[in-house]
Formats: sequence, C-alpha cells, structure tokens
Amino acid sequence: MTQFIKSREAILLAALIALILLVETRFSGFAAPGNLARVFNDTSILIILALGQTLVILTRCIDLSQASNLALTGMVTAMLNAAMPGIPVIALISIAVLLGILMGAFNGILVWKLDIPPIVVTLGTLTIYRGIIFLVSGGEWVNSHEMSASYKAFPRAEFLSLPVMAWICIATIAAFAILVTRTPLGRAFYAVGGNPGASVYTGIDVGRTRFMAFTIAGGLAGLCGYLWVARYAVAYTDVAGGFELDIVAACVIGGISIAGGLGTVTGAVLGALFLGTIKNALPVAGVSPFWQMAISGAAIIIAVAFNRRREPGRVILKEVAQ
Amino acid sequence: MSITDGTQPRNVPDRLHGRPTRILRSWELLLAGIAILIFLANTQASPYFLDPWNLSDATFNFTEKAFIAFAMALLIISGEIDLSVAGIIALASTAMGWALQFGIGTPGLIVIGLTVGLVCGAFNGVLVTRLGLPSIVVTIGTMSLFRGISYIVLGDQAFNGYPTDFAFFGRGYVFWVISFELVLFFIFAAIYACVLHFTNFGRQIYAIGNNPTAATFSGIRVARVKMILFLLTGLMSGIAAVCLTARLGSTRPSIAFAWELEVVTMVVLGGVSILGGAGSILGVVIAAVIIGLVTFGLGLLNVPGIVMSIFIGALLIGVIAIPRLIRLIRTGKAA
Repeated sequence: MTQFIKSREAILLAALIALILLVETRFSGFAAPGNLARVFNDTSILIILALGQTLVILTRCIDLSQASNLALTGMVTAMLNAAMPGIPVIALISIAVLLGILMGAFNGILVWKLDIPPIVVTLGTLTIYRGIIFLVSGGEWVNSHEMSASYKAFPRAEFLSLPVMAWICIATIAAFAILVTRTPLGRAFYAVGGNPGASVYTGIDVGRTRFMAFTIAGGLAGLCGYLWVARYAVAYTDVAGGFELDIVAACVIGGISIAGGLGTVTGAVLGALFLGTIKNALPVAGVSPFWQMAISGAAIIIAVAFNRRREPGRVILKEVAQ
Repeated sequence: MSITDGTQPRNVPDRLHGRPTRILRSWELLLAGIAILIFLANTQASPYFLDPWNLSDATFNFTEKAFIAFAMALLIISGEIDLSVAGIIALASTAMGWALQFGIGTPGLIVIGLTVGLVCGAFNGVLVTRLGLPSIVVTIGTMSLFRGISYIVLGDQAFNGYPTDFAFFGRGYVFWVISFELVLFFIFAAIYACVLHFTNFGRQIYAIGNNPTAATFSGIRVARVKMILFLLTGLMSGIAAVCLTARLGSTRPSIAFAWELEVVTMVVLGGVSILGGAGSILGVVIAAVIIGLVTFGLGLLNVPGIVMSIFIGALLIGVIAIPRLIRLIRTGKAA
C-alpha cells in the first residue's frame, strides 16, 4: 500500500482527480458518476490503443501506424457494411481485428526479420496504410445513412448501464493486466525492453517478442477501427489523422518509459484518461477547443519531465557531460 | 532512444573507415540511380515534364522541407530527433502574421520568423540537454505545444495581406527559372555538407552519434553540440516558415501539417541512420530531389497527393528493406 502511494501511478491518479475536481468547480455536475462514465466511454478507444502501444514501447519500439491502421480497417468494415448489410456485426469485427493483426504483423516482421528501426518502419506504413484507404474508397465518404442500423448500434448498446464500447475497453484492460503480469509473454516484453542482451541469454527471442507486441497493437487498432467508425457513423480517408501522437502522448503521460522496459497497464490507462478528461472538460469549462492541442502538448512535457529517472551507474558520466 | 547502458552489447559497426565507407558511397549511388530512373519514367509518362518552368515548379515540392532536413540530418546523426519542426513553422508563421497587424515590414517579419524558430529550438534543446529528457518524447510534446499556440491565437481564422516584397522569398526568381528557394537550397546544401564532412564540429556529431559515452570521455562537449544542433533545426524551421508563408501569402494554424514526418522520411531515405552515427548531406540532397520528382511526376499524371504518399512510404521502407532482404537470402541470417 505504501508502495502504491509513492508510485508514479498514484501521483497521476491524484492529478487526474484534482483535474476532475477543478473542472467541477467551474461546471458542477462534471464529477457526477453518469458524466464520468460518459468521459470513460469517450476515452475507450484511446485507452485500448494506448494499451497496444504500451507493449510496443515496453520492447523499446514505437508504432506510429496505429491511427492509419484504425482508419483503414474502419473504412473496410464500413464499405463492407454499406455494400452487404447482411454481414453480421460480429463477422465485421472479426474482419477488422484480423486486418489489424495483418497490418501489425507486417510492421513486426520488418522489425523482426529485417531489423529495420521501428520508427522507420511505422513511419513508412503510417503513410502507406493511410494511402490505401484512398485507393479502396476512391476518396469517397461512407456516411451514416449508408450504414446498417445494427452496425452503428453495437458500440452504443447499453449493458448494465454502460455502453458496450466501454465494456470492451474494460475487458481489454483486464486482459492486459493478466497478459502483462501473469504470462511468460508479458514478462518477455519487460525483459526485452529492460535489457535485450540479457534477454537473449535467458532464452527470449527478442525479435519474436517485438513481433508479438506489434501484432497485438495492430489487432487492437483494427478493433478500434470498427469502434471508431461505428460510433461516429462516418468513414473517410482522414479519420483519426494525427491520432498516433495522441496515443504516444497517453503512454508518456502514463509513465511508460520510451527507453523501454518500464511502465504499467494502470499507468497507460490513467494517461489516456488524463488526456480524455482534458478533451471532455475544455468545452464544458467554457475554454475554446483550440486550447486543447497546446494543453496536451504542455501535459506531455510536464509528464516526461516529472517521470525523469536517474539511471544508476551513469551519474558520474552525466556530471562530466554537463 | 540512445542505448548506453554498459550491459548492452551495442552492435554499431565502425562506419568511418574501409568497407562501410564504400557501402555508404554505394547508397548514394543507389539513390542517384533511383532518381535518374524516376526522372526518365517521368519524361516518358508526361510530355509536359521536361518544360523548364514545370521543372522549376517541381522544386517547390522539396526546397522548404529540405532546409529543415539538412539540420535534421545532423541532429539524427547525433542520435537525437526533432518532431516539432512543423509546429515551429506554424508558430513562426503565426508570429509573423501577428506582427503584420502592427504594420511591421518585410525585414522585421523575417527577423521575427527566424527568432521564433531559434527560441523554439532553444526550448527543445534545453529540455533535452539540460533536463536529459528523450528528444522523441519532448518534441512530440512541443509539436503539440507550438502548433497549439498557433491554434489559440488564430482559431479558425487566418492572417493575410503580407507585403508584396515579402512574397519574393517564396515566389521570387533569381535568374530565369531558378527560384530564390532553389538558390537557397544549394547554398544550404553546400554549407551543411562542409560543416558535417569537413569540420571538427562535423566529426564531433558523428562521434556523439556512434558513442556518446566515448565522445564525452574524448573531451567533446556533448550537451553543447546537441544544443547547437537543436538551435540550428529551429533556425532552419524558421527559415522554412518565412519561405512557406511568403509562398502561400497567408497563415493558418494548419500550415505545414505533418511535415515533420516528411522531413524525417527525407533524411532517412537519404541514408542517414535513424540510430545515429552515419549519413551524408549528399544523400539527403538526392532524397529531396527524389521526393520532389515523385510528387511532381505523379501530380502531372493526376495522381492524388494521398496516393503519392504510398510511393514515398514504400520507397522509404523499400530502399532500406531490399538490401537487407538480399543479404538475408544470401547469408541466411539477418543483419
């Protein structure tokens, strides 16, 4: 318990609560359970994507192609739905996840087998996946009236007074908590990021572990592709443009170390919720939405400055460097 | 991003002498070959391609991005990165537009644009070198911060009405079809090539990128060199902001959106190792020309911009993947 109070996650949780209370003083009702549930539901997609990104960052990689992956799978499901409304939603979701896994695996295989730096790979696939959306859609939009009712209704359907999308998010969080702390693969993510050299000697295949991280992140991006398009009931080429950096921002605020091997599921979730709360609070607090970008930028810088850790054994060198 | 803990075997080959130098040379040769192929394909694809004025127009596709790419190349060779360059352009352009409201003339506007660039670069540099934060995260933050300030100032508005003599910096021609920006491009290319390849400072950048610890012990002031590089990148972004604003004749907060990725693509395509320690300005110059040619040639064929980005992305992965793939097939193991 005392360990938790001292932890990064506890400080972030306190900051999140303070933020909510601050908004509450400007706009009473923001901290009401119903509204908080709405904020959580609104942030679900960011949380799911941030969890995928967490695995990738844990292994000392980065995935900048998540938002393009999301937009492409979203477009494919929307077009399939518009062309053949008979396909059940569950089949469309499976297609979305599968397509996302394929795109994530493509990133992963380039990182694993060809040893290309992940930032280069995903910078390339970021533009490639986004371009393919234009190719498959011809630049056309898929609008709300072209989508079937069941396609749009699924993420919004209420179950135990929470929308299905929020439940999917909760399920993902739970699955990740188990994956990361209770399975050999989960430990491998930390090991690979913490010390790739030592991981090899303990029998962990570094490349394969990174491949798994990219594949899982891709699958989740595919799932979010369906959720995003169904929720906002529109699909076009620029869906979620620039969102890849929001996802990285959520991870950084959540204390996932970009140097790899450090970070928790709780942190990623709180980081995403922090950004999501800001996004939702600005309009109700009467702040122009144009402030949002600068505020999230400042939040990232403050978070990373706050999370700065002194690496043991390098202190003397650092003093020399100054 | 730097991997410096002693327990980690660092698989960075010495890229300064012997065979690796030849491989580096052949990289530029490969790029030049690709550039010539694309050029020839373009002449076949469209009869309008070889028109001097059309070719001159094509240079605007890469000049401003290349200004930043030169400084970014140095920064990436030193093992850091700056993703906030497009944000700096937005902020510098907004500052110029704002100053315009007070009747400040062309020289004043340029001073303001460059100063904002330098200040932004200094901000990044201080966060990275003084506080020791990872540059990739810092500049993702400042990218949002800088562009965010533009959004706060402008919202959905735009600054217009730049003086006519200001337009020269974006639309002016020095001689016949040779634009001011193209002249600037060659001048900067020469300066950066000299600095990187023929000065002490350039050697220090390679040394830092290959092994910051060893560089520190050999008496290189790592933090100071990196600070200078962040300042340079900021300054070049300021210069790009002046040219771009002059060319467009207006400022919107979405100006130069997502350019940071195109600039990094240009640098990496030019053969600069994203892990630091290797690369040349010649490579970046050829990569800039390749990107310009691809964009322009496809534009003549009425291929939409978003589809061109597939080519650029595939080119980026392809030129790095194919040599490795060949090696993988030949030797049966990855590099």
